[in-house]
Amino acid sequence: MKIFVTVKQVPDTSGTVAVNPDGTLDRASMQTIINPDDMNAVEAALSLKDELGCKVVAFTMGPPPAEGMLRELMAMGVDEGVLITAREFGGSDTYATSQIIAAAIDTYGVEPEDIILAGRQAIDGDTAQVGPQIAEKLHLPQVTYAGEIKKDGDVLTVKRILEDGYMTVKVHTPCMITCIKELNQPRYMNIGGIFNCYQMPVTVMTYDTLKDHPLIDKSTIGLLGSPTNILTSFTPPQKGAGMMLEGDGKETTDKLAGILAAKHII
Amino acid sequence: MDFKLTKEQLLVRKMVREFAENEVKPIASEIDEEERFPAETVAKMAKLGMMGIYFPKEYGGAGGDVLSYAITVEELAKVCGTTAVIVSAHTSLCCAPIFENGTEAQKQKYLPDLLSGRKLGAFGLTEPNAGTDASGQQTTAVLDGDHYVLNGSKCFITNGSVADVFVVFAMTDPKMGNRGISAFIVEKGFPGFSQGKHEKKMGIRGSSTCDLIFEDCIVPKENLLGKEGAGFKIAMATLDGGRIGIAAQALGIGEGAIDEAIKYTKERVQFKKRISSFQNTQFQLADMHTRMQAAQFLVYNAAMKKQAHERCSMEAAMAKLFAAEAASDVTRRAVQLFGGYGYTREYPVERMMRDAKITEIYEGTSEVQRMVIAANLGVK
Repeated sequence: MKIFVTVKQVPDTSGTVAVNPDGTLDRASMQTIINPDDMNAVEAALSLKDELGCKVVAFTMGPPPAEGMLRELMAMGVDEGVLITAREFGGSDTYATSQIIAAAIDTYGVEPEDIILAGRQAIDGDTAQVGPQIAEKLHLPQVTYAGEIKKDGDVLTVKRILEDGYMTVKVHTPCMITCIKELNQPRYMNIGGIFNCYQMPVTVMTYDTLKDHPLIDKSTIGLLGSPTNILTSFTPPQKGAGMMLEGDGKETTDKLAGILAAKHII
Repeated sequence: MDFKLTKEQLLVRKMVREFAENEVKPIASEIDEEERFPAETVAKMAKLGMMGIYFPKEYGGAGGDVLSYAITVEELAKVCGTTAVIVSAHTSLCCAPIFENGTEAQKQKYLPDLLSGRKLGAFGLTEPNAGTDASGQQTTAVLDGDHYVLNGSKCFITNGSVADVFVVFAMTDPKMGNRGISAFIVEKGFPGFSQGKHEKKMGIRGSSTCDLIFEDCIVPKENLLGKEGAGFKIAMATLDGGRIGIAAQALGIGEGAIDEAIKYTKERVQFKKRISSFQNTQFQLADMHTRMQAAQFLVYNAAMKKQAHERCSMEAAMAKLFAAEAASDVTRRAVQLFGGYGYTREYPVERMMRDAKITEIYEGTSEVQRMVIAANLGVK
């Protein structure tokens, strides 16, 4: 049994977000972090590994420095990293990205008991599309917004947490689950893991590795294969610091009304 | 001299910084106020391999290096001096002498539990009448068949009331002076061993500091650490390593105070200006940072020398001397930049100032460090 986790390096939005003149993100000038929801997927995989002793493989698509992120995941307990990187893959939108990652996972080999975990969505694009699209392209069942995952044989029981309630779904492996932050608290790297992680295997999959896969075609990958067009992008104006009023009595509501009146809002 | 950190060391810093921010900082003021030993934090650190950083994996260590250990102590100390010294005393003063001087059987018996953090370690050298003059040991150890009988007491023992394993020094041959001192591994449950009163301290108030009492304490002969009479040498070598840990603690405390001062002075408005815009503030912070940066070079240099198994007695003494005095100076200046608020417990800088002072005193006072440095210069 294997668990595949898809992860993405994203700009650290707690810092400054810079945009190139052509509207794309100026990623080089920004600090990167591991996408937060993806960390919940990694933790879910590692918890299942602790319980069942399976192998966890992390997949990411990005420029070569993304290997550093894979090493961090290995310092947490991930067994192997797969870096999907090629000029041909640059500029991919969610459609093209899922096409490439699906091809990579399929090339690695999906077996009947395997599970693919992904974060719900990335904090840069916020689309929540890549996980579900990978599942579609691999013809696997998918369960999104997982807030709880239990495994019993080849059946997973997943509690989906939705805006207006929750839903419990049973699904057979192999399958794709997208994870939300309520699922768990990601663990830290550990020191022993840090001193091991650079000796562990990272497989690099390039265009040459994947070019013969049926999902890979120059018209379906990279900027050319991406149906999404960016019309414009901009940095939103910074909001000033908010004001917090504490208390639940009339005194507080009177104060609030006073502040709103002074600002001519009411 | 190359201070470019390795990829692993950079990850250690990142990991410990996150851990310190999320797990240590939120309770730092509480454990100080309540003088409470943070057992829950120690358990978390143990799980993450932080209690045996630079020891081989075959004994249960994390397989890291001495500089990663120094970085760990530094990052913890940025937010909590107490948590930093728990790791430092355990690692440098208990795990290290057993690893460096123990027989294979002693290493196999004690290191896996200590390095994995299942057990906590401490070091007993100081006595009421043997502080800076450590050679004046009055605790005695007499061989009686298959065991030694220890009598005497130790004071100011870090981790004292919570540790399970102690490296303890006692006089086996008083006629021999320094060469009559021997080292022993003592377990908490040994007959005749007890832990005494808890010291109420100025700083690092969450750390346990207490007396150790030996009343006809039975220590098996096989728990002699090193040869009989080699204790003083073991103690001094252990303190060389320990000083790197305390220097890293001082470094972190000073850096933590600077982080707080930068944040505060950028927010605090007086005379309709942020006080960070005043040249006095800028000059103060520039001096503070420069001092701590110099301290960091000294600490990292000593750590790298220890890692390379080079003699580092003078380097460790210089690192501790400079970092401790810099930390005391920098934290005092940080309180001054905060003004009245800095003097209250609403902000962490007064705690940092209290915590910094001990780094000039324990594991050799600043005066002892100057003696070590001068001796290494051949100045007699």
